[in-house]
Amino acid sequence: MVAQENVYNIILAGVGGQGILFAARVLGTAALKKGFDVKVSEVHGMAQRGGSVVSYVRFGRQVFAPVVEKGCCDLLVAFEELEGLRWVDHLRAGGRVILNRQRIDPMPVISGKAEYPEEIPEIIRLQAGSGELVDLNALAIAEECGSLRTVNTVLLGLAARFLPVEEEVWLEALAEVAPARMLEMNRQAFLRGYRYPAPASQW
Amino acid sequence: MKELMLGNEAIARGAYEAGVTVATAYPGTPSTEITETISRYEEIYCEWAPNEKVALEVAAGAAVGGARAICAMKHVGLNVAADPLFTLSYTGINGGLVIVVADDPGMHSSQNEQDSRYYALAAKLPMLEPADAQECRDYILAAFALSEEFDTPVLVRLSTRVAHTRGVVETGERQAVPLRDYLKDIGKYVMMPAMARKRHEVVEERMARLVEAVNTGAYLPAGVRLNRVEAGDGKTAVISSGIAYQYAREVFGEVSYLKLGMVHPLPEKLLAGFTRDREKVYVIEEGGAFFETQIKALGIKVTGKEVLPATGELLPGLLREKIFGHSAGDNVEETKAGTGEAEVAIPPRPPVLCPGCPHRGVFYVLKKLGLTVMGDIGCYTLGALPPTGALDTCVCMGASIGMLHGMEKARGPEFAKKAVAVIGDSTFIHSGITGLVDLVYNKGHGTVIILDNNTTGMTGHQHHPGTGFDLRGEPTNRLDLVQVAKAVGVRRVQVIDPFALAELEKAVKEEVAAEEPSVIIARRPCVLLDRGKTRDLVRVDEEKCTFCRRCLAVGCPAVVVKRAPGEKKGRIVIDETLCTGCMLCVQLCPFGAIERVER
Repeated sequence: MVAQENVYNIILAGVGGQGILFAARVLGTAALKKGFDVKVSEVHGMAQRGGSVVSYVRFGRQVFAPVVEKGCCDLLVAFEELEGLRWVDHLRAGGRVILNRQRIDPMPVISGKAEYPEEIPEIIRLQAGSGELVDLNALAIAEECGSLRTVNTVLLGLAARFLPVEEEVWLEALAEVAPARMLEMNRQAFLRGYRYPAPASQW
Repeated sequence: MKELMLGNEAIARGAYEAGVTVATAYPGTPSTEITETISRYEEIYCEWAPNEKVALEVAAGAAVGGARAICAMKHVGLNVAADPLFTLSYTGINGGLVIVVADDPGMHSSQNEQDSRYYALAAKLPMLEPADAQECRDYILAAFALSEEFDTPVLVRLSTRVAHTRGVVETGERQAVPLRDYLKDIGKYVMMPAMARKRHEVVEERMARLVEAVNTGAYLPAGVRLNRVEAGDGKTAVISSGIAYQYAREVFGEVSYLKLGMVHPLPEKLLAGFTRDREKVYVIEEGGAFFETQIKALGIKVTGKEVLPATGELLPGLLREKIFGHSAGDNVEETKAGTGEAEVAIPPRPPVLCPGCPHRGVFYVLKKLGLTVMGDIGCYTLGALPPTGALDTCVCMGASIGMLHGMEKARGPEFAKKAVAVIGDSTFIHSGITGLVDLVYNKGHGTVIILDNNTTGMTGHQHHPGTGFDLRGEPTNRLDLVQVAKAVGVRRVQVIDPFALAELEKAVKEEVAAEEPSVIIARRPCVLLDRGKTRDLVRVDEEKCTFCRRCLAVGCPAVVVKRAPGEKKGRIVIDETLCTGCMLCVQLCPFGAIERVER
């Protein structure tokens, strides 16, 4: 943003129940461990009843606003295709999109009142302009890790490799936020995302 | 130690460090986590009260009794608690009393976006407003110090973006705050006219002293400053507070700021000094022109609401647009120039009742019968949305019953045979009981349906007097809704399982027809509390299904229309990952095409 260079702007977008708040907390915790100022905005209440959920994570030397402005997002992590499409206009030039190839129909589509857009990855690729799109089937990877519910951690792992935080710091943050009995499964899921074969360029 | 905390968690941490021993609340987004977090500190007694008025009265009793007490609520909760609030301003306190009120600009989960700062002005109470999680913790310590120094309750205002943002918080140790002696003092605590007149003088004198103290920063805990000047380029100056200050910092960059930590009363001398010899002074505030009106009254020329909106959230992008006429991003034009957002219709994703929600069947029946439905506050307000679209009104906690009665008085008793009120169990206990008393007392004929899901659902499953458990999950006395209705004088009370559609429909028809008040308790626990229970699910027999779509009338996310590309007629499919086996759709299918399957 204009007033604040060197602040990383991340948007996590998806559907209530996909574990976005957990992923956001791990991101925030890892950034704090690296000594950054951090703000993580959450959504509670009405928005969680099957509606769109978005969380913003911002970290850097000093962070003021907890929200990411349009055209300023460095990294959009879309947990679901339609939600990726909804937020792609927030991407900055050269920003990156991680797109989970999962489709969750919203009520207007379920009831046949609206169409779910086809070819979302293509639209996102075009709208992202000079940005980069990495898409993956995180749900399938999560299933291989032992639970569909680790889909958030797979996506977190992939997001992590594009951020200025080392692997061991990520794993420490994960251990702090994940419940102990779920930790091993989450570590697996995180590392599967972290090592996902994708463009390795870093900011 | 530095931790990442929600604003609400930092409020709780501040209360813990301030030596608070009593905490009370009624849940309400975005304030709920304050008291939930406090409940993890064993040193603090905490409770869910039935409503905010009672919560504040309990906290006030604790404070008069010599303890430090805190009471948290959402903005509209303060309307409910306004009665004790205004007079507690007169009595003052003994042990410190802090009232946290969380506003919801943009209405993420509320029915209005009122600006609570006006309560501070009207009740003549000091109000602090933190701008991040660290300040949430710090300002609670400051609030208790001010409360005891100036013998006044202190309001602390949050907004959703402060309450629900995690930030870095440096914490400290818990202070040992001894219980103060309680001394009977009728001149201070018994607000009969003769005493209250004297106390009103005290209030005015206190506010004058507070302005002085805040100008100088006296009485505040070490390291805490409420009103802060940040020198910048000197020409442009910004006066702001809370989350709006963060947005202003983002948008204006290195100009001069006066960040107000105390939003009432305003530091008049500081304001005069800060604004002197500036080229331009902006007042950046979310909500009403609260600062602006007062600052203009001091004769200071400022720019505020003539360029800023009076409605909705004041997000940084909007602020930038309004002040500088452009957006921040370098990609905005580019994305607009892409294949175009305009060409792709992005369907909305509105919140919906969960699959297996016990409210769904009730709304289906009410819509089928074509009744006028006076609604209330909770998850079930979602019954207003398509496809059920069953609600006619939603105003405030408990309003459904009084409004049903008023409709009958306006339109006649025959109207009562075509109308009902629906209200959740927690909401009924909060402020529906008195409405029912009125309906019975004043010879109404209305039918009240209590949607009893045995929890406070929308705010995240808090206990209430009807669940039989307290805030910490310990068993306690349980309020019996049937006995309450009977005690109020309702003779016709039925308890129905809302998944049994035929019985439910029969009960509603009987009760609306009855020439006297009636209560139907639609009783089944919230499906989210039932998670983990394995139930049967359902499948569609494609041979029998005629695609009549009657099953879609309940608006269940698990009942899905599938269409191959280009296909006109679709198919009904049950999403087995979502289906909870409530069997509502089975009951709706006239062809027996939806069948129970063992899981």
